[in-house]
Amino acid sequence: MISFTLIIITSLFFTGIVLRTKSIASGRKGPGIFQPMKDIFRLWKKGAVYSKTTSFIFQIAPSIYFASVLMAILIIPFGQYNGIISFDGDFVFFAYVLALGKFFSIISAMDTGSSFEGMGASREALYSLLAEPAFFILIGSFALLTGHTSFHDIFISIHFGSYISYALGILATFVLVMIAMIENSRMPVDDPKTHLELTMIHEVMILDNSGFDLGLILHATNLKFAMYGALIANFFLGNIEIYFTVPIFFAIQILFAIAVGILESFSARFRMSHNAQFIFTLASVSLMIFFGVLLVIGKFI
Amino acid sequence: MNHTIVKNNQCIPVSSIPVLDYERFLEHNISFLREEHYHCVNFYGIQHKEKIKLICCIANDNDATINVSSSIVESKQTLPSFSQHHFSFHIFEREIHENFEINYTDHPWLKPLRFSFNRPNNNNTIANYPFLKIDSEELHEVGVGPIHAGIIEPGHFRFICNGEQILHLEIQLGFQHRGIETLFLEKKKLLQRTALAESIAGDTVTGHTTAFVNLWESLCNYKTEPDLQFARTIALELERIAIHTGDLSAMCTDVAYQLGSSVYGRLRTPVINYFQVWCGNRLAKGLIRPGKNNFSFNKILGDSLIKIFDEYEPDFNEISSMTFTLPTVLARFEKTGVLTPEHAASIGAVGMIARTSGINRDIRTSHPHDFYSTLHHQAIIKRHGDVYSRAQIRKEEILQSIKYIRELTKTIPEENKNRKPLNPPMPDSFAISLVEGWRGEICHCAITDEQGELMHYKVKDPSLHNWLGLALAVRNNEISDFPICNKSFDLSYCGHDL
Repeated sequence: MISFTLIIITSLFFTGIVLRTKSIASGRKGPGIFQPMKDIFRLWKKGAVYSKTTSFIFQIAPSIYFASVLMAILIIPFGQYNGIISFDGDFVFFAYVLALGKFFSIISAMDTGSSFEGMGASREALYSLLAEPAFFILIGSFALLTGHTSFHDIFISIHFGSYISYALGILATFVLVMIAMIENSRMPVDDPKTHLELTMIHEVMILDNSGFDLGLILHATNLKFAMYGALIANFFLGNIEIYFTVPIFFAIQILFAIAVGILESFSARFRMSHNAQFIFTLASVSLMIFFGVLLVIGKFI
Repeated sequence: MNHTIVKNNQCIPVSSIPVLDYERFLEHNISFLREEHYHCVNFYGIQHKEKIKLICCIANDNDATINVSSSIVESKQTLPSFSQHHFSFHIFEREIHENFEINYTDHPWLKPLRFSFNRPNNNNTIANYPFLKIDSEELHEVGVGPIHAGIIEPGHFRFICNGEQILHLEIQLGFQHRGIETLFLEKKKLLQRTALAESIAGDTVTGHTTAFVNLWESLCNYKTEPDLQFARTIALELERIAIHTGDLSAMCTDVAYQLGSSVYGRLRTPVINYFQVWCGNRLAKGLIRPGKNNFSFNKILGDSLIKIFDEYEPDFNEISSMTFTLPTVLARFEKTGVLTPEHAASIGAVGMIARTSGINRDIRTSHPHDFYSTLHHQAIIKRHGDVYSRAQIRKEEILQSIKYIRELTKTIPEENKNRKPLNPPMPDSFAISLVEGWRGEICHCAITDEQGELMHYKVKDPSLHNWLGLALAVRNNEISDFPICNKSFDLSYCGHDL
């Protein structure tokens, strides 16, 4: 329950901090950190416009997408506290409940019949597909290291290991940050600010969504960021008392948001064909973690 | 005599242009283009009683001359095309075909050009433009525009793609057609006509206006005074600096490089604001007038301009050295959207786009007007023809223009307080004016009747040639790289549509 509440709170200002960082980095003052959330509330007050060529899929997809993200958040633990849902193998459930949401957003993009949205859907499907091995090798390695298969047990027991577990934690942080960037279609894989339909990935898929539905999709992005931030924070929380872990949690989320902002300010987007290569390198970093784990538990050499 | 030789901004009697029969006209003009230092600056038709008079102007880049010849053909006649021999004529012949229903037996791409209001064949509409069709299960078509997501002008792009790869791009324009050339004849006041010239393309105000006033002054047999020429040269170079800087900013935006986008954007502002200080308009509207200058350039203006550049240059050099060495930016710029020298030559590319593909084509060198003959301009040439070349040439041309302005402002010509008024235009005359705008070669041609009234006015923006260059450059590129290719060309929609 506590992780769910904290993630919801973080989601309210996460993209605000990213935007503010980017504004300051480019010499502008920038909007307040709650501005993105205010925009979403404005959208939630509106009705939605549906194209005549779409079917019911297009209408239910944003809600399913949003629900899938909420469902995934329920699994995230917080330090010594369980997530609301917690069982052995819940990380597999986590990955595939997100995939379900993505599946619906892809078929809803196809449903509009627009040639842009078809392209966006194919790109999004490709990049999620390539990011999947990185995530499973990563969490799988930690499952192997700790001997547990639920998020809560893995994160609780990881700190009883040696110092090398912190090194693995830092590598894991890198992989999770990059997965978060890919899953949220941010730089360097996709540019959320662009107005150019032909270079978009996620943005082009939601071109036909409006009003309440658009608000749901935009807030799902905020939630996903906060969710990945919470996963990263969990690597460093462990069994400490709650009045330490809550500030640490927020500190890590804010640092994550600032890191995203800086990354987006000082580099250009990758060429579309280089994205696939880049995402594969994440899988290889995950493999490094896997071999690290094998070293630690003495199965290797 | 098969042609008459004129200089840039020279006025000649219409009767001195030789009229050839079409076969000779074709053979003669084609023979020029076999040599590299010739290119066609304008080729158009005018109504001549019941018939059509075709006028062809071929520029000789070596000796600053233009060879003009003409031919009279029947309307609705079927003729062999120039394009079959040299493809750079294709766009002119498309226009002649559209306006006068002249058919060509062997034109490779005879499609409507801009859907002018007074076209004879009203069955050709924007809605039924004959796009190249594919009949394939594997390939897919993507149509973009005419309404775009950004604040840009209307134009329709139809891609044929194999997955993410562009196989073919067809660009359909004409949405911006305002009938500029007809308006030039309908508006009788000189001020109205100057204002029209200013609105041919909003980003090339000084370019088109300079072409118009130079042309008008030569029609009126007016000897342009140095202070007028000086102000026009400064304005042209300032416009080049401002637009190039803005383009660099936009190119950074398109590859999502935020730092470059905001710094170049900030640098552009003082330059266009300087126009506001000088003439009260950021786009330099009102600055250039035939036979006079309401905002003469003086020492104080010169000093403040130099001060702007003293602040501009260090920041510009710093951000350029960052942008042009950043690996993520280079990865997007290099080898993207290559326009090969062969393609550039065959489509008759002009201006900056020609120079990035290794063609030395610059009116400032070959047909200097205003103060350019004193500057001894050396054109900057790039060879690769990719987005990176187009970014680099902008950077280098900006620095070169700043150098020229610094040089020019050392000796500012005195304002002539008692200027002679303009004479009325000479009757039965033909005049041609070439100007190197920031985008490339602008060509205006005018013909007067026996009363000295404008009988025909012809405008050619450099975009007319270069749009096809964009379509060729994006072939085999990823469709997601199209926006950066498009921005690096930065062609004018309204300049094409008129």
